[in-house]
Amino acid sequence: MAYNKKVIDHYENPRNVGSFENGEKNVGTGLVGAPSCGDVMKLQIKVNSQGLITDAKFKTFGCGSAIASSSLVTEKFKGKTLKEAESIAIVILQANLNCPR
Amino acid sequence: MTEHKCVLDTCRHLEQKGFSVTYLPVQKNGIIDLETLKEAFTDETLLVSIMAVNNEIGVIQPLREIGALCRERNVFFHTDAAQAVGKIPLDVNEMNIDLLSISGHKMYGPMGIGALYVRRKPRVRLTAQINGGGQERGMRSGTLSPALCVGLGEACALSQEKMSQESARIRYYAHLFCKKIMEELPEVYLNGDSDKRIPGNLNLSFAHVEGEGLMMAIKNLCVSSGSACTSASLEPSYVLRALGVSEELAHTSLRIGIGRFTKKEEVESAAAQIITAVNKLRDMSPLWEMAQAGVDVSSIDWASH
Ligand SMILES: Cc1ncc(COP(=O)(O)O)c(C=O)c1O
Repeated sequence: MAYNKKVIDHYENPRNVGSFENGEKNVGTGLVGAPSCGDVMKLQIKVNSQGLITDAKFKTFGCGSAIASSSLVTEKFKGKTLKEAESIAIVILQANLNCPR
Repeated sequence: MTEHKCVLDTCRHLEQKGFSVTYLPVQKNGIIDLETLKEAFTDETLLVSIMAVNNEIGVIQPLREIGALCRERNVFFHTDAAQAVGKIPLDVNEMNIDLLSISGHKMYGPMGIGALYVRRKPRVRLTAQINGGGQERGMRSGTLSPALCVGLGEACALSQEKMSQESARIRYYAHLFCKKIMEELPEVYLNGDSDKRIPGNLNLSFAHVEGEGLMMAIKNLCVSSGSACTSASLEPSYVLRALGVSEELAHTSLRIGIGRFTKKEEVESAAAQIITAVNKLRDMSPLWEMAQAGVDVSSIDWASH
């Protein structure tokens, strides 16, 4: 399968890989997917008192595009309000990464 | 049931024509249980078809024992030997093989040609595959390409000549490769029996690292993955499933081939690249993180999608 440049870039140089310290304040964690289906994504955001996402981190088990889209989403989240982040829908990700649909 | 699609599809076709087919399971090591086979024979059994070497995991089936069981019962024995011819010694008489399929391009021969060995005594009568001028004892009419036939014959001759040296070399390389991988990486599992196998086909599961993602990290290497993320289905290999490998581990498998033209440096470099990639991807894997923290990943109630 041919991946586009942006996917390859985010796959090879993933941004914001990691996890926040256990017990760190103002951190929200989401874990989706299933190992038996071949992808699991953990996404964490850190939110300040104004409701702005100040930092985001991810860890992903999955194919190249799963890893790349996780990386991209963490980049997009930073500096956004929670509401704005919600609207970063999968469609936007797909458009950015030209994922196979 | 770990047969290649070419046999499975043929069985489906036969079922549509009214034949009944019994599909046998394999053991955890990928090898057929002879007792299970014995119990599966009925008075109506016409033919047993069991592959010689599995294409995904490289295990060798007990052909001699299967052949003996079939002969005792006057049942024909066909083996798909596409992955075995030229790699392991085969003797249709000693093994009581009545029909044996060969594929040219799996033994360094040309694509577009294969062969079917058909025993004359006891005689196997086949309906013509292609009707026409009666070539190939009437079973497959039509003129064959001499170039392809010569190519197949030459490939066989070369394989025969090189077999013992080549398999010793490949065995040594496979040993080097596995040793390096196993020493450097925890939680790597070899799929299929560790002894009853051809050495050139290694199917390894790298726990907590998804196979397609791993392949992308080792772009210079030509390997295949047992997961099927890029194909239409999300289902991992049915061969690994037949061995009872969990879906999760099946998604983490790579099939690595070592062949006639593989050099020692390439084997070493491949192992090094895979080790680097697996370490990098494990650092990015939430499953690895959970496993390291002592969480039993399989105990979690995942919402499958
Ligand atoms: C075990 C096995 N059987 C059969 C085949 C099919 O061979 P061919 O493509 O020549 O029909 C292959 C290879 O694809 C194989 O690995």
